[in-house]
Amino acid sequence: MADPQSWDWETREKKIPLDAWKTEYRWVEEPYASPDGEKVAAVVNVDEGEFTVCVNGEAWGETVFDKIWHLRFSPDGRLTALVNEMGEWTMAIDGEAWENKFGYIWEPHYSADGSGIAAAVQQDMQYAMVLNGEPWETMFANMTYFALSPDGRHTAGAVQVVDVDSGEIHKFQEGTFTAALDGNAWDTRFVNVWNLAISPDGVHLAAEVRLNLYDYTIAVDGVPWDARYQTVWAPVFHPLTGGVVAPVREKGAWTLAQDGKPLWKRTFVQLWQQMFSPDGQRIAAIVAPKYGRWTVAVDGEPWPATFGKLVTDAVFSPDGRKVAALAKDGETFRVVVDGQPWSDAWDMAWKPVFGPDGKDVVAKVEKDHRYTYSLNNRVWRGTADAAWDPVFSPDGTRLLLRTVESGQYVRRVVPVSEMAG
Amino acid sequence: MAEPSKQEKTAVVDDGIDVGVSRLTEEKIQSVINSVIDNETGVRLKTYVETCIHCGLCSEACHYYLSHDKDPHYSPVGKVKQTIWEMIRKKGRVSPEFIRQAAIIAHTQCNLCKRCAQYCPFGIDIAYMMSIVRRIIHRLGVTPLYIQDTAHSHSVTMNQMWVKGDEWPDTLQWQEEEAQAEIPDLRIPLEKEGADIMYSVIAPEPKFQAQLLYQAAVIMHVAGVDWTMPASVGWDNSDMAMYTGDNEIMGRIKRAHFETAERLKVKKIVMGECGHAFRSVYDMGNRWLGWSMPPFTIVHAIEFYYDLIKAGRIQIARKFKPPVTLHDPCNVVRGAGLGEKARYVAHALCETVIEMYPNREHNYCCCAGGGVINTGPPFKMARVEGNRVKAEQLFETKTKGAEVLIAPCHNCHSGLEDIVHHYEIGLEIKFFSDIIYEVMEKPA
Ligand code: SF4
Ligand code: SF4
Ligand code: SF4
Repeated sequence: MADPQSWDWETREKKIPLDAWKTEYRWVEEPYASPDGEKVAAVVNVDEGEFTVCVNGEAWGETVFDKIWHLRFSPDGRLTALVNEMGEWTMAIDGEAWENKFGYIWEPHYSADGSGIAAAVQQDMQYAMVLNGEPWETMFANMTYFALSPDGRHTAGAVQVVDVDSGEIHKFQEGTFTAALDGNAWDTRFVNVWNLAISPDGVHLAAEVRLNLYDYTIAVDGVPWDARYQTVWAPVFHPLTGGVVAPVREKGAWTLAQDGKPLWKRTFVQLWQQMFSPDGQRIAAIVAPKYGRWTVAVDGEPWPATFGKLVTDAVFSPDGRKVAALAKDGETFRVVVDGQPWSDAWDMAWKPVFGPDGKDVVAKVEKDHRYTYSLNNRVWRGTADAAWDPVFSPDGTRLLLRTVESGQYVRRVVPVSEMAG
Repeated sequence: MAEPSKQEKTAVVDDGIDVGVSRLTEEKIQSVINSVIDNETGVRLKTYVETCIHCGLCSEACHYYLSHDKDPHYSPVGKVKQTIWEMIRKKGRVSPEFIRQAAIIAHTQCNLCKRCAQYCPFGIDIAYMMSIVRRIIHRLGVTPLYIQDTAHSHSVTMNQMWVKGDEWPDTLQWQEEEAQAEIPDLRIPLEKEGADIMYSVIAPEPKFQAQLLYQAAVIMHVAGVDWTMPASVGWDNSDMAMYTGDNEIMGRIKRAHFETAERLKVKKIVMGECGHAFRSVYDMGNRWLGWSMPPFTIVHAIEFYYDLIKAGRIQIARKFKPPVTLHDPCNVVRGAGLGEKARYVAHALCETVIEMYPNREHNYCCCAGGGVINTGPPFKMARVEGNRVKAEQLFETKTKGAEVLIAPCHNCHSGLEDIVHHYEIGLEIKFFSDIIYEVMEKPA
């Protein structure tokens, strides 16, 4: 991750005109801003079948590609995209294509520090993961779910290891799938393998598995838990102990299990997206305590406030003491912190962002296609045509706001004290 | 039971059913039936069973019954008698052969179209009872091969047709390029976070009917819609697991679909012209997951076109000349009340619209729906012969001058093709989007 300490937290406002790009290119796609806010980039069409990326008004490197898609800044500020040149696909980073080329490449993954950039690739109808330009040595007949380890050094996929023709239902039911870590497949076969997780140390791999048409469980390093469930959802590793926690469904109700044993006492109509606090002490999950009502449960206790349509984007504060999420009722979203919904409702809201000490919470929000920010339930006075998630300065006193306003990209540093004013 | 119906005499070979039945024991049958009935059904089933007075008023509603010269085996209540009632009455003590017949009845002699529920004085929902039979059949491992294979495809790929991860975005990019030959700056925006609309389709589109993606992109472009399509799983809104009674897989694929919309931060999901997918997203799948209403507003293509035309966002250059008739798909007309909007769209696009009778919520099912067409070639003739009344209905409409049949549902489309072909009716079948693409004003 580019060190936010070194970012410019002093200059109040920097602007980059975007409108001029439209006259230079046949079309300009939606822009992306770098994490430090210093760059803004968009895929642009130069001529029929000729694409480049425009970064701060400059073309991206020498190469013009036949097609570019999925332009994104990695967390360390490198600009990445999936590119096609002479019928072959690969990833380009800051304008340079990886040397290895593929029949196709899709679903890029970035580790939190940006050091690992991975994607799924197909070559000659065989599938593998590619990490920082290097594909697995082993390719598979099919690959369906992908993962990158938290440290960015390992990749995994749900892979097909027994060929089966469509229509061979009984052969399929004997198990043709498994999971592979860094290209090394488990020995065990499963009917299905979904949603993989790699342990923080990069050594262990967990996945949802279906053992036959009816029995589900979690497998870790190829070994299924003894317990069987009606179904399961994605496992996560405890950040410190290496225990594996997953939502499991028994007798029509959901609860949380760890290493095959019940973890929470309560059951729910639904339970998913469980997450550990950064210190591993607490677990939060999105739950439906009753049919049609949604909220967040922390360590098994649901918030008293529930919501009708959807609860999403839950996040722990860095100290693990607070949880924020988004809740939808009717057609509008609100930010909810520790069960308290904020007063303003929005057409859309983005994942809340905690300040370093956990006291302040800010979220990007939108109403009638105008974007702004809400900090601690107070709305920023500015509005924009587009906006990116806010970033706190390392000392928590300032916010970096990245927006598009009247055809200009704007990088702003706003003191937290002013945001609320 | 009564004397065998005519159709039972023709033995059908289906490996899904045959192998499944060969593995059954009476103990297993009993324990599965009782477990489903005791743990997965409640007052609803009990009330239906206790309320039905065997009056047979529902019989005339069913196209199978009418098409088989009123053979009572094909009446709605006849199908119930031959399956779930017997299972309940015998407390699960039925034979493997009984299960074979139940699988055939529930999967290939009922479209879960709910037409009969409208004719029952008590509103008894035969389709619900047939779904429970299918759930039992699934738990016994006796589901017909083709639809079981489709459920496997859903389980592996989250789509209906084994479309692999790369094939989907690759196809969209290919269609985008094709369409750029017509409209140079047209885009199919992939993974555009914060777009207003996520457009989702069913897997036959990228697999066999890529022109539908092309047409959709042109419509979106001309109407100036802020839209996106996902490049990862969750793009397919179809759901044959719902029809095999594999509720766990149904929930899983619906979750993928809704979470993709969450991830892309869209406000609405617009679905292509498909009926059963709507039922899955709007009724069955969401409820199994705990949502009384879907977490996103779901807009079926008929309603989407209606909104675009009504708001003047697409203009009709010249109306479609050949006289058309309109098939009302059960899931979106009987199930979701889109009949009038479908007519508004048809009249806006076409010079002459000739109604078929019955129509709207009383329309006869196409006989493809409810997963029946997905049981594949072994049951194709049963499906076509089981809908002679549809052929008669279409023939009558053709006699009044209809040349084109609009079927705004994928399964209806394919099922009606078979009927039109077999009975030599001579109607051309189109989606709304085929006609919109043809008659709309496009950039020169
Ligand atoms: S096919 Fe339709 S009308 Fe016939 S029994 Fe089934 S749900 Fe009722
Ligand atoms: S389902 Fe309704 S209409 Fe049909 S026989 Fe029973 S009571 Fe009569
Ligand atoms: S396929 Fe079409 S008519 Fe037929 S059941 Fe679906 S919605 Fe009904």
